[in-house]
Amino acid sequence: MHKTRPYAWTIATLLILSGVSIFVGVGDMTFSGLWLNPSEMQLLLISRGPRTFAALLSGASIAVSGVIMQLLVRNKFVEPGTTGTTESAMLGLLLVTVFAPQWPIFAKMAVAALTALLGVLGFVFLVRKLPPQRPLMIPIVGLIYGGILGAGATFIAYQADLIQYIGVWMSGEFSGVLAGRYELLWLAGGLTLLAYFSADQFTVAGLGRDTSRALGLRYGYVLALGVSTVALVSALVVVTVGMLPFVGLVVPNIVSRIMGDNLRQSLPVVAGLGAGCVLLSDIIGRVARFPYEIPAGTVFGILGAAVFLWLLLGRRSHV
Amino acid sequence: MFDKRLIVLFICLALASGVFLTWGLTGRIWFILELRSVKLVALISVGISIGLATVLFQTLSGNRILTPSIMGFDALFLLVQTSFVFSLGGVGYAGLSDLTLFAANTLVMVVAAVALFGMILRRSRKDIHLMILVGVVFGLMFRAISAFLQRMINPSEFSYIQGAMFAQFSAINGIELIASVVVLVMIGIWLARHCAVLDVVALGRDTARGLGINYDRFQFTTLCVIAALVSVSTALVGPITFLGLLVSTLAHSLMKSHRHALILPAAALISALVLVVGQTYFERIMRLQSTLSVAIEFGGGLLFLILLARGKTL
Repeated sequence: MHKTRPYAWTIATLLILSGVSIFVGVGDMTFSGLWLNPSEMQLLLISRGPRTFAALLSGASIAVSGVIMQLLVRNKFVEPGTTGTTESAMLGLLLVTVFAPQWPIFAKMAVAALTALLGVLGFVFLVRKLPPQRPLMIPIVGLIYGGILGAGATFIAYQADLIQYIGVWMSGEFSGVLAGRYELLWLAGGLTLLAYFSADQFTVAGLGRDTSRALGLRYGYVLALGVSTVALVSALVVVTVGMLPFVGLVVPNIVSRIMGDNLRQSLPVVAGLGAGCVLLSDIIGRVARFPYEIPAGTVFGILGAAVFLWLLLGRRSHV
Repeated sequence: MFDKRLIVLFICLALASGVFLTWGLTGRIWFILELRSVKLVALISVGISIGLATVLFQTLSGNRILTPSIMGFDALFLLVQTSFVFSLGGVGYAGLSDLTLFAANTLVMVVAAVALFGMILRRSRKDIHLMILVGVVFGLMFRAISAFLQRMINPSEFSYIQGAMFAQFSAINGIELIASVVVLVMIGIWLARHCAVLDVVALGRDTARGLGINYDRFQFTTLCVIAALVSVSTALVGPITFLGLLVSTLAHSLMKSHRHALILPAAALISALVLVVGQTYFERIMRLQSTLSVAIEFGGGLLFLILLARGKTL
């Protein structure tokens, strides 16, 4: 009985938030007007609906890629946004924009995903070099690694007069989402769903390379699967809405405190909570300085950092 | 009387300054010289404050890898500045004199830094990695809050703080510069009289207390000094994260000593030297503006990773 309760809560919260998200914004919209007034229906189909979906999809997929990263690196305090994955995706996008601006969006995406993949692999390689008895060193190295890649990206952008692009990618924002401009995120959602089918493998991989091999897991295969999911999702989200820091870090930690580390059980809740957090941040951003908007990434940056600090400083009583 | 290496560093700095002032000097010589000397004084002040602040912070935290900027001091200063614009409004902000603003910013910064970092140093002294991580995340949070407040400010008012957000060695405010130099001189005098105490403090809290030092009070005063130094450098040019780390590592490997009477001036001189040489190189020779800070971030970040990987943290 109890096992289904978190699922029910998650679904109920998401439905309520989506309802709020659809009716909050600059253009007026009421439930009855939706059926009477065709322009309101159009607003729903072109702007509000896609925007809500974009927030849900990016939140869910980023939270899940956070879990995967944490299991592969075996550290609770990492996520793609704080370990250079996002920055390396940005680097790839910049390079394409400078050298081949005429390429279609899918080709640009592919390059960004490729550099993101290199970025993740670089980080995994760095982590192998670190002493295992110093767990907090891994997130520090991740942050600095991201900082170095970011400095490189800034330098290229500065030379090519593309600083504005970087600014757009750095702050995750949904105000530019319209029908026809966010559909890549469904791909990220699909990848997240795929990851769910390998949930058990990821759980075992989280026990470490040697243990999971002894248990009969094809570790290299799972590692490759996880790394490419993380890289693709990061690239897709950065391209369509920009960086959403801390979602992939905070959400899995909270869920694992409540539900433990069995991914097959907890992954749907992680995805749901991630989606809910991002959507809520977007709604707050829309309301806080109406009619202007504050990026959802900024809103969640504050909340997420506060929760992260609480996780860090309150850690001793749990571990 | 003085250490030979310090004299060499000083001569290098003087030479670099000479090159900075006179390279490619044509046309209206006095006008250009005046502009350049303002900039030179700013570069040197920033260099000295970053060098001193880093060494002092490393003494307090008892390791060689932390710097005030890694721990989020710069971000805190930006947040203080943004909150001022936010609460006063752009017009109110512009109505205040530069000197009042500088004093108010520095004062709030000192109070906030002492409260916050006093807490961090107390809570996590045993675990250096926890301390770094907490500091870094605080920095990220301050940046996010600043970004949030900046969005709440009207675009026209936003332009008042924009200047402070990036390390810029090209736009420097004259009155802030004079105030900074005054603050620096005062801090310099205080440090010269407390070098010996700092040497004892570096031995750690228990030993220092055993040797008769009121450690907690001294830590409070030193945190105030660090906050003031960071305010000076950030107010003048904006945040440069990794310069302090580069400089203190260089100073320690050059002086091979734990005496603050040697390390402090060495760090200050090296820091000023790096900035003057770097700025001359990027601005005059490469003709690239504003990329010095990016180069420093890149090199300093690499050094940080190398130091961490070699386990030099304790």
